[in-house]
Amino acid sequence: MARKITYQQAINEALDQEMTRDPSVIVMGEDVAGGAGAPGEEDSWGGVLGVTKGLFAKHPGRVLDTPISESGYVGAAVGAACNGLRPVAELMFIDFMGVCFDQIFNQAAKFRYMFGGKAKTPVVIRAMYGAGFRAAAQHSQCLYNIFTHIPGLKVVIPSNPYDAKGLLIQSIRDNDPVIFLEHKALYTMEGDVPEESYVVPFGEAAVVHEGDDVTIVAFGRMVNYAKDVAGTLRKKGVQCDVIDPRTTSPMDFDTILESVERTGRLVVVDESHPRCSMASDVSGFIAQEAFGALKAPIQMVTAPHSPVPFAAVLEDLYIPSPARIEEAVMRVKEYK
Amino acid sequence: MSSPLTREGLLQAYRTMRTIRDFEERVHVDFATGEIPGFVHLYAGEEASATGICMHLNRDDYIASTHRGHGHCIAKGVDPVGMMAEIWGKRTGTCKGKGGSMHIADLEVGMLGANGIVGGGGPLICGTALASKIRGSNNVGVCFFGDGASNQGTIFEAMNLAAVWKLPVLFVGENNGYAEATSSNFSVACENIADRASAFGMPGVIVDGFDFFAVHEAAGEAIKRAREGGGPTLLEVKLSRYYGHFEGDQQTYRAPGEVQHLRDTKDCLMQFAKRVTSRGELTMADIEAIDREVKAMIDASVVKAKADPVPLPEDLMADIYVSY
Repeated sequence: MARKITYQQAINEALDQEMTRDPSVIVMGEDVAGGAGAPGEEDSWGGVLGVTKGLFAKHPGRVLDTPISESGYVGAAVGAACNGLRPVAELMFIDFMGVCFDQIFNQAAKFRYMFGGKAKTPVVIRAMYGAGFRAAAQHSQCLYNIFTHIPGLKVVIPSNPYDAKGLLIQSIRDNDPVIFLEHKALYTMEGDVPEESYVVPFGEAAVVHEGDDVTIVAFGRMVNYAKDVAGTLRKKGVQCDVIDPRTTSPMDFDTILESVERTGRLVVVDESHPRCSMASDVSGFIAQEAFGALKAPIQMVTAPHSPVPFAAVLEDLYIPSPARIEEAVMRVKEYK
Repeated sequence: MSSPLTREGLLQAYRTMRTIRDFEERVHVDFATGEIPGFVHLYAGEEASATGICMHLNRDDYIASTHRGHGHCIAKGVDPVGMMAEIWGKRTGTCKGKGGSMHIADLEVGMLGANGIVGGGGPLICGTALASKIRGSNNVGVCFFGDGASNQGTIFEAMNLAAVWKLPVLFVGENNGYAEATSSNFSVACENIADRASAFGMPGVIVDGFDFFAVHEAAGEAIKRAREGGGPTLLEVKLSRYYGHFEGDQQTYRAPGEVQHLRDTKDCLMQFAKRVTSRGELTMADIEAIDREVKAMIDASVVKAKADPVPLPEDLMADIYVSY
């Protein structure tokens, strides 16, 4: 039975249902409950934005507050995964990967290969990402491309509540390390989400809008912008495919390739910086695999090569806007 | 005193130390020929530490090791024949030739890996111990690290986390006096690594790493406490490595004759043999039988490793993910 809930509620529900189903699932992170050792209420925060609220009481002993020691507890999650648990570690802001990256990319990502296929590391690392909250350079980045670069990691960036729940359940059941990234601007987004448990498989893109003129590939929050732009342009007679890869590793290149071979025009929308990005990754792939099908140069709509600024006027300039997406689509559509 | 070792226990201790020593001496010789690829860091001289500690562990207890990990692997029960093949880069190796000396791991015997990242194992062992605790088992985790890693944030974070969560962990700081070519007299700001234990509210113990019996006793107490829910301990084992940081290191930073003096006066195998034979606990015949047996096994492991097949091209892309 589907009903409308928010992206944030969908994530909480996925965690709750998996913890109920499987006692080896634990949640750990800074203030995932909040109040540990303090004289006031337990579960006082339930995560810095309340995403894990309520899990503490429902799953005694399996929601663990940690010291602010990202290397320590992310590494502990990795070690626990090697010893039979399925930990979901919350890194709070993805920007904090900088203090614990070794445990993710040199340890978790490498074990299976380096140990000759004899290890599995079913750990999920959740974090929020993205600009738009006036949170400035150290709390606003989109770093999914960095994780995507690393063999051994899987990277998930749901764009809506339905995918958030199904992809998180898949992440927890998956036997590889998964980086699960939640755009903070999407936490309040509502959508139809079934009450029952379900999975959305990795490596299967969603085509969220269909059309034969231009292919738009967008990531995370940008999927919603691209979908809105495609709706507007339909009324103006321009038909767009909008593809949401949903996971950047594995990545469903087949769906993108099939679409571009039909449309001959590609716009990639990515909230991260342009260099070594998902935008350049998809562009490079299509340039190599579908050069003959292209009727116009590929357009990338990205943030600039700058840190995320604080001042509202600058941050609004920084984030790719629907207007820039529309311009890029029209540029490839009208290219002669 | 913890319970004295039985004859079987003494034989096992000597066999393990001798296996580590011969394994390392043989790798040292073969590496010099240029046939062994990559970076190799030898544990010779430090055998009493891995052996005295791991003798208290069961198969389901985990250890996290270091780049100098061969001794920990052998002491925890990893097959030396597979290890030799791994070091030679062969498909029959412990990790199918894809890990090499610095990454030998065998989770089936609770060996969570040698580690190419200094200090990498501290957080990981907190995790295996957390899993044991949540499951309600009495298994423990042991994190071996060196004096170099004793200055890494990961080790501090892991010690704090283990204390905060009261995890069944033993932190073993193997202080061999040198982090690469830098003396611990310079790089460790306090006199002893064990002094740092008090900062994390756990016991800190110093032990002579040339003395198997001292290590065995100190580790036994700490591991017993961990199994009984008493939380973590930091054990500093003061010892020395007989070879360089890596094979090929000329060790010009060490005093002339430093290693030879230690070999002549403090060597852990020599001290062990002297003690058990003088007390009549084992005979020289017992010792020599193990020496012969181990030498034959190591020789055979090298013959086999040399003859074993290298990985196949398709192995390049195998085992990156469980599914992808």
